Amino acid sequence: MNGVDAYPGNSGERSTVSETAWALMRSMIRIRRVEERLARLFADGEVPGFIHLSIGQEAIAAAFGACLTDADTVASTHRGHGHCLAKGVPVSALVAEVMGRDSGACRGRGGSMHVADLARGMLGANGIVGAGAPIALGSALAHKVSGRRAVAVAFFGDGAMAEGAVYETMNLAALWQVPLVMVCERNGWSEFSPSDRAFAGDGAKLAEAFGLPFLALDGDDVLAVHAAVGPLVAACREDRRPRLVSCATHRVAGHFEGDPQRYRDAPERAAAAAADPIMRLAARLCVDEDRDARARFDTIEAEITAEIDAAVEAARLAPDPDFDLARGDVYG
Amino acid sequence: MAELRFAKAINQALADAMRDDPAVVLFGEDVAAAGGPFGVTRGLLDAFGPQRVLDAPISESAIVGAAVGAALCGLKPVVEIMFMDFVTLAMDQIVNQAAKARFMFGGRGGVPLVLRMPHGGGLNAGPQHSQCLEAWLAHVPGLKVVVPATAADAYGLLRSAIDDPDPVVVVEHKGLYALSETVDETLVRVPIGQGRIARAGRDATIATYGALLREALVAADRLAAEGMSCEVVDLRSVQPWDEALLRESVARTHRLVVAHEAVEAFGVGAEIAARMVEVAFDDLDAPILRVGAPFMPVPFAKSLEMAYRPGADRIVAACRRLME
Repeated sequence: MNGVDAYPGNSGERSTVSETAWALMRSMIRIRRVEERLARLFADGEVPGFIHLSIGQEAIAAAFGACLTDADTVASTHRGHGHCLAKGVPVSALVAEVMGRDSGACRGRGGSMHVADLARGMLGANGIVGAGAPIALGSALAHKVSGRRAVAVAFFGDGAMAEGAVYETMNLAALWQVPLVMVCERNGWSEFSPSDRAFAGDGAKLAEAFGLPFLALDGDDVLAVHAAVGPLVAACREDRRPRLVSCATHRVAGHFEGDPQRYRDAPERAAAAAADPIMRLAARLCVDEDRDARARFDTIEAEITAEIDAAVEAARLAPDPDFDLARGDVYG
Repeated sequence: MAELRFAKAINQALADAMRDDPAVVLFGEDVAAAGGPFGVTRGLLDAFGPQRVLDAPISESAIVGAAVGAALCGLKPVVEIMFMDFVTLAMDQIVNQAAKARFMFGGRGGVPLVLRMPHGGGLNAGPQHSQCLEAWLAHVPGLKVVVPATAADAYGLLRSAIDDPDPVVVVEHKGLYALSETVDETLVRVPIGQGRIARAGRDATIATYGALLREALVAADRLAAEGMSCEVVDLRSVQPWDEALLRESVARTHRLVVAHEAVEAFGVGAEIAARMVEVAFDDLDAPILRVGAPFMPVPFAKSLEMAYRPGADRIVAACRRLME
């Protein structure tokens, strides 16, 4: 039972389940290939500043993205490219933003750590660890007060479990009872330190202490995350109560691109790379054995490569952001 | 004409704004059931219900963060920070999130939130409950900062702050809350960034804001008895501040004192003085002088705090120096 028939929640409609799996595959590949391209552009000097890649963590973004609508809101982290793409930010807008072009999602004002698309409910990546949590809380409050059947999702990493804002948010969400899903992406690292040296607590016990329903998921198993998150988001829309989800995952890349990662040993890095959620799903879709599956996989790869090629080309041709226009947007 | 307490004017502005716009919501520590630590939000929970008037625990960072998120999603939150000193706990959300969102997101959305916070001494509240930190916030691009000195302005500036598409910090002096004054029956909005001449004069301009306006007017009275005619400008907003009005005033009086309760060094007065030197140097007959608190924490004991806080005496002394 390791094919898609084993997908939890499968009620017998193999084709539907399979289509969901392929949609998740496409979403994960898009995130992966965009980030790999950004890494190359960074190495070539076409991406200024610094970027944080979510390679290895795509399953969580893809699974949540598939369960959310434009009305739902997401507050993300410094490692937010995947969340943005899964929430519907076009590849062209994200790539152009990270390259600092006027055609970027934020007109080149924010860069990688601040990609936002308010019309699609993307409230921003965030350069401050833990800061997205209270922002998502406020958007959940807005959903509730406005009577929208929308939910808010706060992504944060295990590094943020050391930030007070996350605890304040848990407490306030529990007091106010708002439709907020708090998602800890536990990649095992808190910047340059292993998370067991940064967080002494226990997520399940924390959730219990605050009376929040809690789910611990294998965050590298996209089908499992999707199967769990779909009903969870649907329930949150109905009861408008907060929840905490913990997704175990792996950070394949360094804290930032170019990080020499002297603090990691070879076996740990190899294990992180081997946990690859794309390879796991490919195995379940029998991409290596099934000729049709392989063809489909290759088609997705080719389409996404073309999409990224076009996005990069367009960004290169786009003008630099205009300084006076930027200055004019300090106030409305 | 009617008598209106400063605190009641704020309460009235909140009630009117909530009545006019269902997007206006209120939250903060003890603002709902308890009616606010200074009674400013009294009655609003009953009038508008728990959906729109929410008590929050002592979590300044999450309170302001929630206001940012709510503002990004269509609400107009008005948040209270119990004492301005506690703004330290919310600075990330104010400085890194609220202030930058519009710019950082490419001008494609803003954060229409209002942060109300009482500042100032005179209550012997000690070093952590008395500070005037408005210069910190005025220094951050993306924030607006207003400091009403009168009940009418407390109403009018708060209404404008709630209407504003950007984050506005409304600084209220604790010493003013209980004071009453005579106001017009019809309270109106006061545009942000517009000062007013509180008293006309010929020989020197005293620019001030907030509670020190009363002291400046006392000083002007005393100087008038000595034959010196002082113009008093109530800035009302410190970010943006009314440079044009002050420039006109200085063009008439040729002398300027900037007075505030906040610490003098690196303060609002320093910015105004520097700017006026740049744009009005030829009009000036004397150096611009600042009146502010000494460079030390706000002390507790009555005798210490009285010695610390700037008032009419120091403003009078500065004006006399201008005429030497």
